[in-house]
Amino acid sequence: MQPRTMFEKIWDNHVVLQEEGKPAILYIDLQLLHEVTSPQAFDGLRMAGRKVRRPDRNVATVDHNVPTWSRDLPITDEVARKQIETLTRNCQEFGITLYGLDSPNQGIVHVIGPQLGLTQPGMTIVCGDSHTSTHGAFGALAFGIGTSEVEHVLATQTLQQLKPKTMEIRVEGQLPRGVSAKDIILAIIGRIGTDGATGHVIEYTGEAIRSLSMEGRMTVCNMSIEAGARAGMVAPDEKTFAYLEGRPFAPKGALWEQALDDWRKLPSDPGATYDRVEVFDAAKLVPHVTWGTNPGQVVPITGQVPDPEQFADPVDRKAAERALAYMGLEPGTPIQEIKIDRVFIGSCTNGRLEDLRAAAEIARGRKVADGVYAMVVPGSVEVKRQAEKEGLDKIFKEAGFDWREPSCSMCLGMNPDILKPGERCASTSNRNFEGRQGKGGRTHLVSPAMAAAAAIAGHFVDVREWA
Amino acid sequence: MEPFVKHTGLVAPMDRANVDTDQIMPKQFLKRIERTGFGQFVFFDWRFLPDGSPNPDFELNQPQYQGATILVAGKNFGSGSSREHAPWGLADYGFKVIIAPSFADIFYNNCFKNFMLPVVLPEEQVREIMTRAQKTPGYKLTVDLPNQTITDEYGFSTTFEVDPFRKHCLINGLDDIGLTLQHLDAIEAYEARQPAYRR
Repeated sequence: MQPRTMFEKIWDNHVVLQEEGKPAILYIDLQLLHEVTSPQAFDGLRMAGRKVRRPDRNVATVDHNVPTWSRDLPITDEVARKQIETLTRNCQEFGITLYGLDSPNQGIVHVIGPQLGLTQPGMTIVCGDSHTSTHGAFGALAFGIGTSEVEHVLATQTLQQLKPKTMEIRVEGQLPRGVSAKDIILAIIGRIGTDGATGHVIEYTGEAIRSLSMEGRMTVCNMSIEAGARAGMVAPDEKTFAYLEGRPFAPKGALWEQALDDWRKLPSDPGATYDRVEVFDAAKLVPHVTWGTNPGQVVPITGQVPDPEQFADPVDRKAAERALAYMGLEPGTPIQEIKIDRVFIGSCTNGRLEDLRAAAEIARGRKVADGVYAMVVPGSVEVKRQAEKEGLDKIFKEAGFDWREPSCSMCLGMNPDILKPGERCASTSNRNFEGRQGKGGRTHLVSPAMAAAAAIAGHFVDVREWA
Repeated sequence: MEPFVKHTGLVAPMDRANVDTDQIMPKQFLKRIERTGFGQFVFFDWRFLPDGSPNPDFELNQPQYQGATILVAGKNFGSGSSREHAPWGLADYGFKVIIAPSFADIFYNNCFKNFMLPVVLPEEQVREIMTRAQKTPGYKLTVDLPNQTITDEYGFSTTFEVDPFRKHCLINGLDDIGLTLQHLDAIEAYEARQPAYRR
């Protein structure tokens, strides 16, 4: 048999039907649902008189609209409350498990999937959310879909899919101290661009990727979509299995052993080829900071705001000019001289326990700079509980950070956590698009340690000097 | 849904690259539970000034592009979030066709689900159409899906690629859930052979 990549194995394992000249009908093992991209899908089912074919393979939570103040207070945004109530009603009507606001399992959909052991190697996983690529860290094929496709999965537990191309991104060598998974993925997007992997499924390989924790791999896979990729994945290994074993939805006993046998066969075969290959040297990576309005507009912390004139492509030049005008930045400004007003630590990119530990390590015994408002939003109720058990909340609070309830929060500002026009934010989230964190708000993407250090200093600093 | 076969319409140029779905449909409008009525919010933060009046500098607010049904934009159109609210808004605003040098995958796919045709053309041709739309009042294109051609009245003519199955669905207005459910037996057979730990 031809050597196959991991993606090809998972794809082949899930093709229900492949007719000549048509997309494959691909089986979906798990669909995750949230309040924002599902209501119209349930409505579609009702209008067509259809049922949810496999309620047991769909799991819902609320995350995008959820306020981060006390859970005891009612949601004052009526439209948001109605959307959350609609999901609750839909899940009741169609028999789908919902981890609602009162559940210890509630959290950002891409944090709770792995945390509960719902996410497993070799699976196909979808969600009406582009950051579904996160789950690829476990060796699953996981990708974001639109609401029409959410409805398709609800009705059939399959999707019609054209086979994407494959791309290997190999990160060789060891990461230096103070350089994180976030810096790996920002450097990748900086080189290949926000459309660099369009039409491809990325497999991340190499020593630096293997050395990452599961949390770090999730951060890398999470932002695959920011390079335009259909999905990102990392081959499962002993680290993956150790993370999953004993989690509520992980297989148990003899089934666990059987699953392990299958999962060990998933990694790409020796000699398997990819449509494209990109190679990075981890030893040369440094902390990165975005300067513009898409994640590809990024430079090392030691760098400067670029001059649009240095872009050869007129399209990129114009985009840089527009970005600098929006961001209120002058070409040539050293990144470390850029002052910030706000700090956001959280999101499906960097809202897991390890991220909070990295930020707390920097915050410990220090104080948030005058004039800076910094908030920490754990990715799930369970992350919050564990962080509090370790005393991370105390470290943050003593340093002057606000410690909040789990939500997507200021990653996209659908809840009340938003930037005011002109405010500049160091954010551990995934998108620095215009207005993403609030109309007129200026977002710089960084790692959790870099965000915490910026909060303390009041401007961007090279966290390697603090490590 | 209304099938898409052939369409002639006014062209609006949007000379920007990487127009993301956060710009097309800002987050404050994602809380609605309906599928309709999103046209009023499309490009909201670009289209309207803080006081709510139309921003006279924004492309789509120019008088000559009122009633446009074909949008021509820069590369990587529709990048970012998977929100289908973006294509819902564009379709509800009146767009039937979007032409760009490249599209983000999820957005591209979402367009077909809403019977709006995304067309990929080489950068030079997109530039040519944009220039013509900027210089020629009332500039129109005709997009013919069965023949996969785009033409204007002044001699511009080109062909474009589209996946044959997607084309078939658009022309015939097919509901793909209905099509998939015709293969229920195959889906059930697949489920029966899944490993025990996944059943």
